Amino acid sequence: MAVIKYRDALRLAIKEEMERDPMVFCMGEGIGERGGSYKVTDKLVQQFGKDRIIDTPLSEASFVGMGVGAAILGTRPIIEILFIDFALLAMDQIVNQAAKYRFMSGGQGRVPMVLRTQGGAGNSLAAQHSQSLEALYYHIPGLKVVMPSTPFDAKGLLKSSIRDDDPTLFIEHKLLYQTEGDVPDGETLIALGKADLKRPGTDVTIVTYSYMTLACLAAAEVLAREGVSVEVVDLRTLVPMDIECILNSVRKTNRLVIVHEAVKRGGVGGDIAAMVMEQAFDDLDAPVVRVAGKNTPIPFNLTLEKACVPTIEEIAAAVRSIL
Amino acid sequence: MTGLSTDLLEQMYESALTIRRFEQVAIEQYRQGNIRGYLHPYLGEEAIAVGVISALRVDDYIVSTHRGHGHAIAKGHEPKLMLAELFGKATGYCRGRGGSMHVANLELNNLGANGIVGGGIPMAVGAGMAIKLKKTSQVIVSFFSDGAANNGVFHESLNLAAIYHLPVIFVLENNHYAVSTPVEDTALVNDLSIRAVGYGIPGFTLDGNDAVMIHQAMEEPLDRARGGNGPSLIECKTFRHGGHHVNDPGLYMPKDKLEYWRSRDPVDILRSRLVDSGVNGEEIELIDARVEKTMEEAVQFALSSPEPSLEEFLREAAEM
Repeated sequence: MAVIKYRDALRLAIKEEMERDPMVFCMGEGIGERGGSYKVTDKLVQQFGKDRIIDTPLSEASFVGMGVGAAILGTRPIIEILFIDFALLAMDQIVNQAAKYRFMSGGQGRVPMVLRTQGGAGNSLAAQHSQSLEALYYHIPGLKVVMPSTPFDAKGLLKSSIRDDDPTLFIEHKLLYQTEGDVPDGETLIALGKADLKRPGTDVTIVTYSYMTLACLAAAEVLAREGVSVEVVDLRTLVPMDIECILNSVRKTNRLVIVHEAVKRGGVGGDIAAMVMEQAFDDLDAPVVRVAGKNTPIPFNLTLEKACVPTIEEIAAAVRSIL
Repeated sequence: MTGLSTDLLEQMYESALTIRRFEQVAIEQYRQGNIRGYLHPYLGEEAIAVGVISALRVDDYIVSTHRGHGHAIAKGHEPKLMLAELFGKATGYCRGRGGSMHVANLELNNLGANGIVGGGIPMAVGAGMAIKLKKTSQVIVSFFSDGAANNGVFHESLNLAAIYHLPVIFVLENNHYAVSTPVEDTALVNDLSIRAVGYGIPGFTLDGNDAVMIHQAMEEPLDRARGGNGPSLIECKTFRHGGHHVNDPGLYMPKDKLEYWRSRDPVDILRSRLVDSGVNGEEIELIDARVEKTMEEAVQFALSSPEPSLEEFLREAAEM
């Protein structure tokens, strides 16, 4: 067991899978000599060579499409999209091609491709480099969406995503790369579609994912000092979603707060709230509350930027409001 | 003389005639209500699919367009399984889930038709990357149109295939129209193959109605690709025999141009090549009869095939 950074856990996952399977390869901007803008692929080109760690021109639409074609032929491409904001350049290849190929071909073809990307606000990168766009891909049948919050989850889930035979959006968070956590040696695969109880509790359930998990855990600490026991469920995977885990928790606590950084309007939280209402209405003692990003592009100014993303205090206040 | 064996010429002729008759039968079936949605006939363009694909090895790949029946048949798709797919039946190549614009068969190395113009081009480049990784000498042909040649991914894809030296042959089927917009209005250059220069790869323009000439012209690009020296762009100029799709009467297509191109019918050209190479009329009639029989059986098969199971579909949907 070692304490390592989120970005190092990702690198280990890629390295181990590439050592294990010669058909795994990476493509992306600046992932070779530069080692990746967030250093996730640091030194991998020295180990695996330029034929498997491939620098691309700024051609998102086509190099994502390359991933689709290469995957259909049985390789396992890991395509890095530097910012999820740029994934929009490749929407046709992600939504119309990757997500639908298996279906349209009647099951003949699979697309075992991983699209690694990152999003999130907090680095003063402004509106076009700070978005949380998971809802767009959550909405497309045929895609899996994975969003780990810890180094341990990142490693196990990336390994599983690479071995998965369907196209996966693996969405990291720019503020998570330098966070640290325990990661055991050896193979620690985490199955897609399994949420994680990051903190058990009895009074209120918080369902969350990615960077907000840290804020929710901090809010749970604050609330514990007030005598409120908060259960924090980290979804880890949005598609497939572990709805059973959510429902079991709500049946226990009877109160639900959903927290995500992405804009509230049309966010994944609305879908979760509807599912819980449909399937556990009688177990709810209070309305479901969502704490989510403000409905605005992310501003450049730091104070304004921070106001867009749920804070520990806002999360705690939401919990108190339904007690 | 063509330099091609009589056997090969017969295969090419039969392939082109099968495409011709398949499209004609499909249009009839569409009019009878057995095919719904879109149908984009390859009529008039047969020489390109046949000329290109007859030069490939069986284990080479193709990727196609919304006008994909010709490529599929030239690659070996059975007309009855194709027609069943167009009918949306469970016995179709894609179990009725793809239809005309998404027909594919991986056993035949056809990655499939595509409903997005240009959608298959980056996929072809990716397949080229996979071939390079696996270190085989296969190639992939990416078929697309003059319409797609103005799409961003066309440009990106040529560049990517070039810089990575991938075994891709880009075949631009210039049928002079993007739906109803003439190519003269969408590009200032007469020969679109000149765009290859911008990406540092060879490009040339051919008569797209002569399958033999196309077959012969494939030799250099294939050698180049298999030798690890990268992609080429082949522009084949041709003309549709009708509108963009089955419900488009093509009124915007000038009569004189239509007549000119129809007088250079690619199937007729192949037939006369056969005659020139010494094949007698009876043998040709045998081929014609065989194609007719295949099409009759295809219609019977498609009509009598079952619909896909709704329960199975809903079960699969629940797992997505």
